[in-house]
Amino acid sequence: MLLFLEQLLNGLQFGVTLLLMASGLTLIFGIMNLINLAHGSLFMVGAYVGATAIAHGSGFFLGLLAGVAAAALTGMVMEFVIMRRLYRRDHLDQVLATFGLILFFNEMVSIIWGRQPIAMDPPAFLSGTVEIIPGAPYPAFRLAVIATGILVTGFLYFLVMKTRIGMWIRAGASNREMIGALGVNISLLYTLLFGFGAALAGLAGVMAAPFSAVQSGMGENILILTFVVIVIGGIGSIRGAVAGALLIGLTDTLGRVYIPDLMRLWLPPSVADGAGASLASMMIYILMAVALAFRPRGLFQTHG
Amino acid sequence: MAIFVLLALVPPVAHAFDNAFLITMFNRAVIYAVAAVGLDLIIGFGGMVSFGHAAFFGIGAYTAGILGTHAFDGSDFIFGWTGSNDAFVVWPLAMLVAAFFGLIIGLISLRTSGVYFIMITLAFAQLFYFFFVSLSQYGGADGLSLWDRNVIPGLDLYDRDTFYYLCFAILLAVWFLLSRLVGSRFGRVVIGCKQNERRMRALGYDPLLYKLTAFCISAAIGGLAGALIANHSEFVSPGLLHWSRSGELMVIVILGGLGTLVGPIYGALALFLMEESLVSFTEHWQVILGPVLILVVVFFRGGIVGFLSGAGKTTVKSGGDHG
Amino acid sequence: MLAKRKKAALLGAAALLMGTCAAGISAQAAEPVKIGMITTLSTGAGYLGDDMRKGFELAISEHDGKLGGADIDLIVEDDGLKPESARQIATRMMESEHVDLMTGIIFSNVAMAVVPKVVRDGMIYISTNAGPSALAGAKCNANYFNAAYQNDNIHEAMGQYVQDQGFKKVYLLAPNYPAGKDALAGFKRYYKGDIADEVYTKLGQTDYAAEIASLRAAKPDAVFFFYPGGMGINFIKQYAQAGLKDEIPLFGPAFSADEHLVDAVGEAAVGMKNTSHWSPDMDNAASKKFVAGYFAKYGAKPSLYSVQGYDAANLIGSAISAVGGDMSKKDDFRAALKKADFSSVRGNFKFGNNNHPIQDFYVREVVADPDGGYTNKLVGKVFSNHVDAYASECKM
Repeated sequence: MLLFLEQLLNGLQFGVTLLLMASGLTLIFGIMNLINLAHGSLFMVGAYVGATAIAHGSGFFLGLLAGVAAAALTGMVMEFVIMRRLYRRDHLDQVLATFGLILFFNEMVSIIWGRQPIAMDPPAFLSGTVEIIPGAPYPAFRLAVIATGILVTGFLYFLVMKTRIGMWIRAGASNREMIGALGVNISLLYTLLFGFGAALAGLAGVMAAPFSAVQSGMGENILILTFVVIVIGGIGSIRGAVAGALLIGLTDTLGRVYIPDLMRLWLPPSVADGAGASLASMMIYILMAVALAFRPRGLFQTHG
Repeated sequence: MAIFVLLALVPPVAHAFDNAFLITMFNRAVIYAVAAVGLDLIIGFGGMVSFGHAAFFGIGAYTAGILGTHAFDGSDFIFGWTGSNDAFVVWPLAMLVAAFFGLIIGLISLRTSGVYFIMITLAFAQLFYFFFVSLSQYGGADGLSLWDRNVIPGLDLYDRDTFYYLCFAILLAVWFLLSRLVGSRFGRVVIGCKQNERRMRALGYDPLLYKLTAFCISAAIGGLAGALIANHSEFVSPGLLHWSRSGELMVIVILGGLGTLVGPIYGALALFLMEESLVSFTEHWQVILGPVLILVVVFFRGGIVGFLSGAGKTTVKSGGDHG
Repeated sequence: MLAKRKKAALLGAAALLMGTCAAGISAQAAEPVKIGMITTLSTGAGYLGDDMRKGFELAISEHDGKLGGADIDLIVEDDGLKPESARQIATRMMESEHVDLMTGIIFSNVAMAVVPKVVRDGMIYISTNAGPSALAGAKCNANYFNAAYQNDNIHEAMGQYVQDQGFKKVYLLAPNYPAGKDALAGFKRYYKGDIADEVYTKLGQTDYAAEIASLRAAKPDAVFFFYPGGMGINFIKQYAQAGLKDEIPLFGPAFSADEHLVDAVGEAAVGMKNTSHWSPDMDNAASKKFVAGYFAKYGAKPSLYSVQGYDAANLIGSAISAVGGDMSKKDDFRAALKKADFSSVRGNFKFGNNNHPIQDFYVREVVADPDGGYTNKLVGKVFSNHVDAYASECKM
């Protein structure tokens, strides 16, 4: 039972990591109507710059800031040079151009930092464990990730729903011309918004770096999962992103742990382990197919 | 149609330069072109942006690989059947299996549109990717060697020229049939569904039926191309279903010119020639290829075909996500 | 009109490209020995191939651009970890660049796509890393030499070590793919105690929190894992962060503790025992010279992949010198390779009947490097002159 609670916590933590990525992406996706495959590259940029700064003795918080700033800056340059030409274009064009960006960033990173993965440790004050469930010390850094995710999502919800900027953003999403008529510089707003989404991706990258390998292409695994999250949740919906992220986090984690056990009930262990692991790796895609079969626009559809 | 003349001349030119490898390289491009022409049918004409087309490519390849393995070692595949090496059995079957999964994927995916469609097709391709990765009796992630190429009586498929011209003939046939198809009533309905689905429904057509049929045809062509690539490289692996492979197929279609059917052929040639020449130039070739793709998307909207015909063809926004 | 001219220009360009591709081969010189190296330089695993190549090139530059007295023309190509690209590159190297021998593949799945075909076509292939069991047993080939190890060896050594240390209940983890299953099978061939559980995870998985929680609950007295590259970094870090590092000892193959990987993992890896056929602090002259030379040339520490590249190059050199640089004497060249008449940085090295190495295996421990970063320190020897499990099935 305690083990099950711990696995729930693991699922939650994985979900929150996805949420950090998903919330930025769903904003860009929903408001600017833009598919950005290179969102994973921004995650990677954040992780690389953060890890490098910390390796040069910046300390954790300054490193975090550096990673977030680098991702935001990269994102804004990306928006200014390429993305703004694509807002009114076919999704296909967006997929392709950002696919090109992925190739570029992955290779660029290995030119700058080399092919080998680089290191980043959690800060000393978060490197221990906390025994929130008896008998199962939980890594403090993972708790910090959960806390960050909750804070960021709360802030985002407040920003979009309760502030003037949020109002502009929502207005811009439904009617670009009108918001222009209100005297708001929409292209500046979009550049900033894109930079903000990129900053969130960078934040996710730095927060993921202490427990994962910082290497070229690291953004792609999480990118595809992030897309699954926002599509299940409903594009552009923060609430949807939260629901989708938790659903995917829990399904994946619990599936990995319990599906092989379940299979062992009626299959010999050698077969069950392989088959169980296979089914577990397909689980979230099955979930997505089922969800979209019944709710073609996601669980929390925003428009139309 | 200069492209077909160029392709037909590849073997003699290669022999003249005493470089048989060129044939192997162009052959690969021809096979990818087959899949990309099929993909153009649904993206360019049907407005269905499938980001998971590598699934059908892989399913076709694995059909050839699995049947070939059993035919090679004489082991039982299913119901006492020991697989086959006969191209006339394997290739149609590859198409059929791909079309069958196309039907299932299409039935579910076509309930959605726009971005959701892009992402759900991607999800299905991932599903099949992980399926083949863990299919350990057929090599799992390591893939599967095809010990013998498929057999067509009277043809030696191991002969480079023969296999090349066979693939070229298949490409011609696929291109010709699809060109006829998009000009037919069926094709006009599919194009009509892309532009205005409600209107087509009002005219008494069932859009889902037409779109699903087009999707299955495209899947079957993908399966055929998969069987060909399995014969070409004598090897299949889950890498054929990787999501970046789906991206590559889309790149080929756009690079060549969307909604033209002949464009993907240019696209496949251009991509592979670019890859081959960039690789010899720098091992960091992707750092060049990436921006080239972006430039093509941003500035050459009609792709190579649009460039050749002198005007950038404008693409209509097909996403129905504001609907 | 304009369109027509553009079309002509494009066709011209295509023809020119074909021409240059074709001309590339006609200009080849007959003198130097051409070595085709297909390896993985891109993707997250690119550093493996990069290290291997550096080792190989170091050996060449130590002999002023020659091996065995002959000039070397080394053609390196990235397979991008895609078996079918590697297959295509191999075809090109054989047919268009006419290489004399091939080498370099890192991953077993890539090797399986390339090696059986090229050796069947008469090409000599020398493996610098991958050693799949399918090529070591009944399907062994006179043209195939493995200068690295047979895949199971390093896991077998750990199985023996864990057995010797008296552990009774071991928890096993590996990715769900053939090499993962082979790794655990190799471990179990020499470890005879209880298995707490055997877990297969998704290939490329990044988060192991759930697996680690289950592991802790199973209360094993040791853990053996096989997670190469990025997966290994993630797993070791997360294992330490869960506070398990000092509670349940972690054992793995050297692939999870190569010199780059331990640098990337950092403190979390310290104390981890791993098995290998080499260690940077090995006490032999060849190894010392190699480590110093490598650092001088690249400013980095060599890994086991560098070692394998370096040894393969010297092995090739020994055989080239035996045939006096005449690569047409294929039988003599093969016979000379088989003698393995070179001083390996690994110490003992000879080929068994299946052309796979018979060599020693050691246990190492990850320690902080006094010169910065982290490295491995020799703990002891597990196997002397170890022969792989498939050699008896090979009829050579």
